[in-house]
Amino acid sequence: MSKRRVLGLFDGFDAAFAAINDIKAGNVSGVKLDDVEVLSPIEHPDIDEVLEYRKSHVPKFTLVGALFGMIVGFLFLASAQANFLVQPQGGKPVIPLPSNIVLTYEMLILFGVIFTVIAFLITARLLRKRNPLYSENVSVDQVGVEITLDESNLAGLKETFAKHGVLEVREGTL
Amino acid sequence: MQTKDINENLAWAQINKDVMRSMMNPRMAYWIAIIACIVMISCAVAAEIYQYNVGMGVADLNWPHMWDLYIATFIFWIGMSHSGTLLSAILHIIHADWRKPIYRFAEAMTTFSLMTAGIFPVIHIGRMWNMYWVLPYYSDRGIWPNFRSPLVWDAFAISTYLTSSALFLFIGMIPDLAICRDNTTGWRRKLYTLLSLGWRGDDRQWRNFRRTYLLMACFLIPLAVSVHSIVSSDFAMSIMPGWHVTSFPPYFVAGALYSGCAAIITLFICLRYFFRLEEYMTTAILVKTCKLTFAIAMVWTYLNLIEFASVWYGHNAVDKELLIAKFTGPYSPYFWMMLFCGSVVPFALAFEKLRTHLPTMMVVSLVLNLGMWIERWMIVTPTLSQGYHPFAFDVMWPSMVQWAIVFGSFGWFGLLFLIFVKVFPCVSMYEVKEMCYHRKREALGIGHGSVGGGAAGVVPASKSDLEGS
Repeated sequence: MSKRRVLGLFDGFDAAFAAINDIKAGNVSGVKLDDVEVLSPIEHPDIDEVLEYRKSHVPKFTLVGALFGMIVGFLFLASAQANFLVQPQGGKPVIPLPSNIVLTYEMLILFGVIFTVIAFLITARLLRKRNPLYSENVSVDQVGVEITLDESNLAGLKETFAKHGVLEVREGTL
Repeated sequence: MQTKDINENLAWAQINKDVMRSMMNPRMAYWIAIIACIVMISCAVAAEIYQYNVGMGVADLNWPHMWDLYIATFIFWIGMSHSGTLLSAILHIIHADWRKPIYRFAEAMTTFSLMTAGIFPVIHIGRMWNMYWVLPYYSDRGIWPNFRSPLVWDAFAISTYLTSSALFLFIGMIPDLAICRDNTTGWRRKLYTLLSLGWRGDDRQWRNFRRTYLLMACFLIPLAVSVHSIVSSDFAMSIMPGWHVTSFPPYFVAGALYSGCAAIITLFICLRYFFRLEEYMTTAILVKTCKLTFAIAMVWTYLNLIEFASVWYGHNAVDKELLIAKFTGPYSPYFWMMLFCGSVVPFALAFEKLRTHLPTMMVVSLVLNLGMWIERWMIVTPTLSQGYHPFAFDVMWPSMVQWAIVFGSFGWFGLLFLIFVKVFPCVSMYEVKEMCYHRKREALGIGHGSVGGGAAGVVPASKSDLEGS
């Protein structure tokens, strides 16, 4: 059975969420909540509730980045200082901890930020070719519900969309 | 006066249209400002070429005045950079949604201020072709920066701040770049397509976007504070009178926030006029910014008093002499002007009638920034004029070359900023939509979890109610 991708464009969040609630209630056969994506001009505060909380993995990357920055930053400074013993130290330690803390802290933040941005690019699936089903109306004021399903369930889905006042339905293949 | 931060009945399509239009057709004043900036830059370039060819002597930078306007203006621009990203991040974390129509240009201000500040150490070095000597790379010359020096900390901190704030600005702009992509043609469409990174506004993207933005805001707050604290260490870690002051880091941070807020008011009024953005940059938001500026002005005044008191009641005779010289000596007119501009003029912000009068606020914000610029000059120059060695006592007035380069830096900043706001949306469209949406929900008494997502799937409001008509 071939898989289809369908985008229903709604007039607002309420209609789109009502359609998703129907899917959650099992009123559209063969469609699970995991197959549903919502495209919107803003982030709705209740979207997590409607789609049953989906986790973001960005903070894990941030933590790794911050730790990486802290360790690499300190090692960079320490190795540079240990490599340049010619520099007059004035009786002070070659690798001074208090003053190195300042730059280690800056490196922690720098790599924390960079890893966060990289994580965003990866987890948000950016830098990929956009799905041709995308509608420019989503960046104006319409809310899209995109669903991947078997072709045999298409009629049921369209019926549900129509029940909730869908403005336009676009179809594509996977 | 507009009493609401934003008219929540604005239709979403209208928001897109208004902001996109502003990028295409600014008023004539915008082009006049561009020409003024180019003229200012030309003055600076001419002065720099002259200095480059003849030598640093023409800048009158000589012992004991090794640092003068170049470093004072460097601190000024670093300070100016603080309010944009720092305030945007703080207001984002505390959910102060009135920041939404104005944060974009404030963040841009941060990035361009840092880019302007970065030019000054290079100019100050004189032999700018040797700039790469400060970079920490392995070389046979065996030259490594001294990592104990606050000047090296500066280089690291400012690079980190510039990178982070530029990324913060860019990430926050991605959904708007997608809107621009969808509504433009030609070179603009190509540019926005490239920069929007394939954004389509799906729930996965929004969820990760929000988390990323919040995490970056959390990093940027301590970073911004650390950057100006480190800049203050350039002075505070020396033993020079007037510089070796414990309260310098918070004093610098408060001064930075103060000048940044004043600059936000100036740019707010300019952009509102240039791009006809009265619907978005409302007087209600200006009033809030003014109140914030007034509060920071009072903190700055208090920290000044603390500094004077700790020197006065301390037992360092040289420090005390310098303080008296600031009050009564050759630099006293500028010192009193600094106090007048920085501590007296902000009281204009306490009056509702003045706060809502845009021409007055324009003048006040410029005077505040003049005061803050003089403050930086008063930090650098009097100490070098009257240090520990009486034989080196001197009064110094900057040369025309220094003035021209400082003057040109304002043109450089202005030009970068004006090009940015013409090419990229200076009002965050998606966040203004969110602001309107949430305010409308509040007005209708709809709380979190009650739209469409409740257990019963209640649908309490129509689209026309919530998203404007």
